[in-house]
Amino acid sequence: MSFTLLVNGAAYSLDVPPEETLLSVIRERLGLTGSKYGCGEGRCGACTVLIEGSPVRSCSMKIGAAAGKTITTIEGLASGGSLHPVQQAFLEKQAFQCGYCTPGMILSALALLEHITAPTSEQIGRYLDGNVCRCGTYPRIIEAVHAAALSRSKPNGKSRG
Amino acid sequence: MARAADSELQQHNAVSRLHAAFSLPRRGFFKLMGSGLFVCLARPGAFSQESGKAGRGRHELPTTIDSWLHIGDDGEITAFTGKVEVGQNVRTSLAQQVAEELRVPLASIKMVMGDTELTPYDMGTFGSRTTPQMGLELRKVAASARSLLIETAARNWQAQPTDLVVAHATVHDPKSGRAISYAELVRAQKLTKVILDDPPLTPASQWKMAGSSPLKVNGRDFVTGAHKYTSDLTISGMLYGKIIRPSAFSAKLASCDTSPAETLPGVTVVREGDFLGVAARDEISAQRAAAAIRTQWEVPGQISERDLFSRLRATPSQSQSESGDEHVTGAIDEARAQAAKTIARTYTVAYIAHVPLEPRAAVAEWKQDFLTVWTGTQRPFAVRQELAEAFHIAETSVRVIVPDTGSAYGGKHSGEAAVEAARLAKGAGRPVKLVWTREEEFTWAYFRPAGVIDVKSGAQADGGLVFWEFDNYNSGPAAMLTPYEVPHQRIAFHPADAPLRQGSYRSLAAAANHFARESHMDELAHELGMDPLKFRLKNLTNQRLRAAFMAAADKFGWGREKSSSGRGFGVAGGIEKGGYIATCAEVSVNREQVRVVRVVEAFDCGAVVNPEELSSQISGAIVQGLGGALFEAIHFENGRILNPHLSSYRVPRFSDLPGIEVVVLDRKDQPPAGAGETPLTGIAPAVANAIFDATRIRLRSMPLIPNGLPAAGANP
Ligand code: FES
Ligand code: FES
Repeated sequence: MSFTLLVNGAAYSLDVPPEETLLSVIRERLGLTGSKYGCGEGRCGACTVLIEGSPVRSCSMKIGAAAGKTITTIEGLASGGSLHPVQQAFLEKQAFQCGYCTPGMILSALALLEHITAPTSEQIGRYLDGNVCRCGTYPRIIEAVHAAALSRSKPNGKSRG
Repeated sequence: MARAADSELQQHNAVSRLHAAFSLPRRGFFKLMGSGLFVCLARPGAFSQESGKAGRGRHELPTTIDSWLHIGDDGEITAFTGKVEVGQNVRTSLAQQVAEELRVPLASIKMVMGDTELTPYDMGTFGSRTTPQMGLELRKVAASARSLLIETAARNWQAQPTDLVVAHATVHDPKSGRAISYAELVRAQKLTKVILDDPPLTPASQWKMAGSSPLKVNGRDFVTGAHKYTSDLTISGMLYGKIIRPSAFSAKLASCDTSPAETLPGVTVVREGDFLGVAARDEISAQRAAAAIRTQWEVPGQISERDLFSRLRATPSQSQSESGDEHVTGAIDEARAQAAKTIARTYTVAYIAHVPLEPRAAVAEWKQDFLTVWTGTQRPFAVRQELAEAFHIAETSVRVIVPDTGSAYGGKHSGEAAVEAARLAKGAGRPVKLVWTREEEFTWAYFRPAGVIDVKSGAQADGGLVFWEFDNYNSGPAAMLTPYEVPHQRIAFHPADAPLRQGSYRSLAAAANHFARESHMDELAHELGMDPLKFRLKNLTNQRLRAAFMAAADKFGWGREKSSSGRGFGVAGGIEKGGYIATCAEVSVNREQVRVVRVVEAFDCGAVVNPEELSSQISGAIVQGLGGALFEAIHFENGRILNPHLSSYRVPRFSDLPGIEVVVLDRKDQPPAGAGETPLTGIAPAVANAIFDATRIRLRSMPLIPNGLPAAGANP
């Protein structure tokens, strides 16, 4: 079947079987491998992408459900040479070890900051509870989200999202 | 510098030497080398003579080189190591140490890691050896390179090497004001040096780059998603693989009908004995093809979880005599009568899974008879051997490349996916990528061994330990010895005929042995009516461990009033892999709900190479350790894993996160020890002891509370 996907501002027409997951399409057909497979059942968040700004587990969504909607993957955050403030904060706070959970964490964190501009640590933990970091860098991730919130709140800080 | 002069500087064709030394087709290396300075480190005894004299046979060349370094005439510095990056930040911390000794900016160092064609042989990245061993070797190589550059400049200028200084990749002569960059020094040269002896190293107290916390050298690639893990790679013409798994362990393929898959377009079915897999042009086609194959498996009867512990105790493995892990001092039998208080307790540890977030993956490509495999493993050279054996080819016909990997924790020592991908690629005549599903990773990898540990002990009324008997069945001997002073000891490890495939796991059995010992110490302290910390310190003379206990207790506020009822404090500690650890935990108990609210851990691992990353490793180990302590357990029945998904196997999440405070005891006077593992060992006993403190319920099985707190009466 043919579908149109709007990913990171570009439109793609694809002819793929309807049972294919969004994760598999963006990784394999579009080559956007920043979204990761971790569990395939919506329990780890490694495959998180934003659809219309909301975090979605792309491993658990069939391609048809995503067609025509605005999709953002980790590859769509940095613009030009400069990182998105959430990416910058993860980098500066060293909020990862192996980094495999990182794209999903960053996108989930970004969605949280769109809802709550200055979340508490509890709010961050609750919102990100579906994202597993097996390396256990949770404390750093919380720090990074606080730092990103702060930098986005600054009037001349970058506040895209 | 005088020492460096002992080894003759040879102008030499490094490439041919290397080729001879390793008898490997190091094509990639030739390209990389070009002109410049090349320094490698030979292990003591590996190479008895000066290097590179004409006419020497290849058997006289060093065969046991652990690391090497190249400085190109463009100024690029490349360090080569067989270690791999699996999240422990060694790509950065090793580069820091090279940068330190060479006095160059971190950004000018490129690390080539875990590539059997480009890097020296390495046993594997495990056992917390990278920092103490590889870090030291690279420091030696880099320090020698620095000496060599100074000597070269001194010769050019007819100056004394001791008058010259280096900074920012440049040799300076403060007297004459002359300066020359490393790049210029090595230009149009091919300098080779094999280091035979130990060059003087920069002491940790003078470190500037080592000992600091720069951002990860390739950190940007991780936050942008640009980094290619094995599972992200594609190569031209590549197919996607899928394995048809047996319905249980040890099953034999009784019959199968592959024809429905074979008729699908572009699908290759590969069957060899019980191996059955497919390769297809995309993932979904591979899945469909695999699903179309009908199989029948013969499953032999197997031990189930309910019989696990009796089985481990009852079936010592054949290899017991060989392992011979028994430690005896004093005379236990006579000592028993001297103790005022004796207790005997049994502790158990369940099987747990590593759950690396990136499951096993491999991309395999055959070019004629040469096999290249990209895979996430901690042991690239062992996987190369595995592949050579599987396909009956020479190791020189196999190259294994390890992209920085989505974690391992001791769980990726083996090359299952690599062999499977290579088999499919061979059958299909095209490169194949195979990425295991989470279910496959949970089922067909290996587990942290389950174990039973019996402890018997006795103490005098004043708390002095008299005897200590410790029998570990199956879980392993790591950190089995007690750090406490006990005159009469018998400590033994008994390997068993275990029902599930088991292997190493971050900290190995140190987690289980610390759990048993430190829980038992707590039990004995309570029997004696002593404070658990005081009891430990009374029996402890090791100053570094004492310092760790004091530091943790101090920060934690050991002995302070509890903020409310239902709170409990616990302490535990120990020594492992050159690290000294003490952990204090606070729990809050509300009916059967237990929460670990605060953990304070003090850790002494010698001189600290990267403080920020060390604290991240420590808190990460605490978080991971909490899973095994509280709820992680593999359930199995008759050769099947019953909970092979993240929905049925719980791992620590944000909501499980306690407040974590880390006290790093930076001992600049001590050599750096590895830090990825030992910090995991204190958490389970500290939490068990805290639960006892809060509830008087003693939990002796890991995981402690998979289903919440058991009723007091249910306690064994
Ligand atoms: S891979 Fe989608 S949630 Fe785990
Ligand atoms: S950094 Fe390894 S899983 Fe999060």
